Amino acid sequence: MELLKKYPKTFQWLFLLIVFFALCFAIDVPETYKFIRGQAEFVKDPNQSSYVFLGKEVRYYAFDVFWRLPPLLGWLPIWINDSLFFLMNDWMPIEVWNEDTQEFKSRPIVLQISRNLTAFMTFLIELIREILLGGLETIVAFTSWDWIDKNPWAELPGLPWTIVAAGAALLSYKLSGKGLALFAGLTMVYISVFGQWKPSMQTLSFILVAAPLSFIFGLGLGIAAFKSKRVEKALYPILLVMQTMPQYAVLVPALVLFGVGDHAAVIITMVVAIPPMILLTLLGLRAVPLEVIEAGRMSGCTNIQLMFKVLIPTARRDILIGVNQVIMVCFSMAVISAFIGAKGLGFNLLLALNQLNIGLALEAGLCISLIAILLDKMSLAWANKQTDYFGNLTFYQRNKNFLFFVAIFVIGIALAYIGNYLFKDTFNYLFEIPHNKGISTADFWNKGVDWIFDTFFVYIKAFNTWLIQEVLQPMRALYLRMPAIATIVLVVGAGYLIGGLRSALVVCALTLFIAFSPWWDRALVTAYMATFGVIVSCIIGFTVGTLCFQNKHSANFMLGVCDIFQTFPSFVYLIPVMMLFGITDTSVLIAVIVYATIPATRYTIEGLRSVPAGLHDAATMSGVNKFQRLTKIEFPLAFPHMMLGINQTIVFALFMVIIGAFIGTEDLGQYILKALSDKKGAGIGLTLGICVAFIALIFDNLIRAYVQKRKKHLGID
Amino acid sequence: MSEPVIKCENVYKIFGANAQKMLQDSNGNVDAKTFQKNGCIVGVNNASFEVSKGEMLVVMGLSGSGKSTLLRCISRLTDATGGKIFIEGQDLLQLNNKDLIDLRRNKMGMVFQSFALLPHKTVVENIAFPLQIKGIKTEDSISKAMDMVKLVGLDGRENYFPRELSGGQQQRVGIARSLAVEPDIWFLDEPFSALDPLIRKEMQDEFLRLQDKLQKTIMFITHDFDEALKLADRIAIMKDGIIEQLDTPANIVLNPATEYVRKFTEEVPREKVLLIEDVMETSQENLGNLKVSKDEIIENVAEKILTQEKAVAVIDENNKIIGSINPSKIINTVFGGRKNNN
Repeated sequence: MELLKKYPKTFQWLFLLIVFFALCFAIDVPETYKFIRGQAEFVKDPNQSSYVFLGKEVRYYAFDVFWRLPPLLGWLPIWINDSLFFLMNDWMPIEVWNEDTQEFKSRPIVLQISRNLTAFMTFLIELIREILLGGLETIVAFTSWDWIDKNPWAELPGLPWTIVAAGAALLSYKLSGKGLALFAGLTMVYISVFGQWKPSMQTLSFILVAAPLSFIFGLGLGIAAFKSKRVEKALYPILLVMQTMPQYAVLVPALVLFGVGDHAAVIITMVVAIPPMILLTLLGLRAVPLEVIEAGRMSGCTNIQLMFKVLIPTARRDILIGVNQVIMVCFSMAVISAFIGAKGLGFNLLLALNQLNIGLALEAGLCISLIAILLDKMSLAWANKQTDYFGNLTFYQRNKNFLFFVAIFVIGIALAYIGNYLFKDTFNYLFEIPHNKGISTADFWNKGVDWIFDTFFVYIKAFNTWLIQEVLQPMRALYLRMPAIATIVLVVGAGYLIGGLRSALVVCALTLFIAFSPWWDRALVTAYMATFGVIVSCIIGFTVGTLCFQNKHSANFMLGVCDIFQTFPSFVYLIPVMMLFGITDTSVLIAVIVYATIPATRYTIEGLRSVPAGLHDAATMSGVNKFQRLTKIEFPLAFPHMMLGINQTIVFALFMVIIGAFIGTEDLGQYILKALSDKKGAGIGLTLGICVAFIALIFDNLIRAYVQKRKKHLGID
Repeated sequence: MSEPVIKCENVYKIFGANAQKMLQDSNGNVDAKTFQKNGCIVGVNNASFEVSKGEMLVVMGLSGSGKSTLLRCISRLTDATGGKIFIEGQDLLQLNNKDLIDLRRNKMGMVFQSFALLPHKTVVENIAFPLQIKGIKTEDSISKAMDMVKLVGLDGRENYFPRELSGGQQQRVGIARSLAVEPDIWFLDEPFSALDPLIRKEMQDEFLRLQDKLQKTIMFITHDFDEALKLADRIAIMKDGIIEQLDTPANIVLNPATEYVRKFTEEVPREKVLLIEDVMETSQENLGNLKVSKDEIIENVAEKILTQEKAVAVIDENNKIIGSINPSKIINTVFGGRKNNN
């Protein structure tokens, strides 16, 4: 009794665990629910049950209600699907003038909007693409095909790669300096020489449309949310779900609304990239000190001046992180949206991965990553640029960069012209090195992979078998063995103990949604993979973070490494692991671990750094040694911040698990992938996406509640 | 003097959901406690005063006394809940947004406790900011800002960012910025509170030098009584939103109106505050040869007077003898029992 009073929390947790295990043992596995070969394929009751809801028949496998809850939400995907089709095909027809047939035609409003958006996006992408690569479409957009036929000279010639490369270097030099200029130049030369010019420019044109649009919309909505509480309240739940929804899942509804192609990819990229931009804009604007706002007002700013000259510049640190996120998401989506027909590097990467041509995949992946890093650095440099008011500049000095560009332009064209004669029989290498006609190291890499495979096959195989048989399968079996009721009790109980009634209710609602969906088993498999990934990532991340923290330089170095790794599109992570482990769960898990270790490490270092210096001194004066200081002072105080890192780790891990479906795992992700090729997949894709988002949000809610409590307790914040 | 530059009549500022209605119901008798029970917090309670041209009014009070709120009502950074505020005869609360912005662009300058510099702009850009907001051309605003840089003694650092400056230097930028549009009215909200004591003293001297040159109409907020005594033409002491006493420094030291004000005055070194005029006697008999001006601070002439045996004559600006002061009176003022002195 004494003990109980002394540690009430511990006993509450113990009680919860006891209830959980009691439920697990009390509820038997139904006869009809068995694993085959230890794989996640289940023999389910061959006699499907069904019920009718809203006029739709929903089929499902009936189990004991305590074992698996009935899929009461089975109608949701069908309903979403039907609603989408209704919106696209029947809802609110309006009269539209048709140029070709010269008459009015009736068309649903959503379809019309979607068509107009599509046309607009396609025009933007084509414009940039044709400036870089040449083509007809832009001119056609202003005239017609007939006009083009009559005037065969009318074609945008495209820029020779030499001009683009030198131009990029020049721009980088103007923005930042020699270092970035060198990097930009080398990146462009690499891309060209390795024959990735065309897909790279296709990807670039896609990004140059998607990123600025996402930035503008994100900033605009962020400002709107900052100004009006109502807008913020309306946006917030959508933002939360969008932040945790796997990017895959949004593809399917986009497919229905906008069809296949680059334009759909741009729109969907915006949908994914805008939420973090909004959140970070809001965060930044909120953090502007009141006195700075007052100083702006006293300087006589109008509301608009106050927003654009005071608030946004002052909040630019957070807004820049937003820009960074937008660029990251854009590149990530550049690969993923290849599934819905975006051209460029992403498409090549997916193709190469599909053919198991690791060398080609590596080259394409490297190109994407290099361009991502370059754009990231350039945007950063641009935001930090300064003006010089005092230099008494001559005409030449002021227009130096422009003059240089003109010179580059002329020289580039001259070179391309000379190239015409120089490479008469082959391709004009001074204009554009065609795809796969440049130097390729693919063979080298493929041979390397083969060699590794041949040499270490035994060890890799042994490790793989051990991991799968001894660790992964038992873990998966344990997860699947949990009766639904027991899981719900555990999660809701944890919610109550950590965050009180409110938290418990939120968590309960989220869990029930997944439980009532038809994919509880798959969700469990997803959760098992994510859990495994998160645990290993956290162990690695905390260890690496703590070790690096011991020295200021290594800590900075590590943060830089994290920055660069974070810029890689998520798909790129699959390349090296597939080199080693082929198509297995192990590959996916290792990709998950590598990807999710980034936030774990970053937040560990940042958390440890946030411990006030005064406390360090106090600890030192109390005579602690290094280890004691770490365990007694630094860890407890850094813990809340590190927990936020775990939060990120979970989101990252889930993303990667879902992407891992591409190389064949058996979780929710695989269904999302399937939904892509299904005509009625939109509803399924979206619902699955929401399920994954909810898994993340359950953890998010628990961790945030804990962190808040803990911070209050420690008096930080 | 003609019209006061700043004039407040029964200004109230009450925070809370239905502050307006409660103020109307209370008929001007605002009691902080009853308001608090109803979820309203009284910031400024029935403030009435005037500031005339070229005068420096220092508002002194501890944190939470409503002094900053009062200043923000007068600069209309917040809207007063009740009462009237006139700036050069214009009813501030009736101004529309455009007129208010015009007023701020041309007539008002403000300095903030934590400097409130724009972190992305250099020193000179920060100072030029109010000018650029007004729509002045970049070149002109920068050259004007450079003049201000020289005025506050930051030449050579005009291209530094605020983060590269010390606190004192940052506040010089804040001061320069607030003066860039050459305002008539100058608001300073605890400008030196965030600075080290030595820097603070230096900045106060610098501030007095500037004011000597510029002769602005000033409202200066501080929680430091010594600072108030050093700078002020008149001091308003605030507590719980109410102005407890508004008077010249000497009068506040000599005649504290309430117990609260007395507490502040107890530890004040009087010889540094009081003028000869404040302690002289009107009798003009038995005078020695020494004459002192009535406007001298006691501290400056104390040594001279104390070496005299006879009473010292006190003269006004026309060299006319208007009274006398005994050495014993000086001793009494400086060292005498403070409570029964007046």
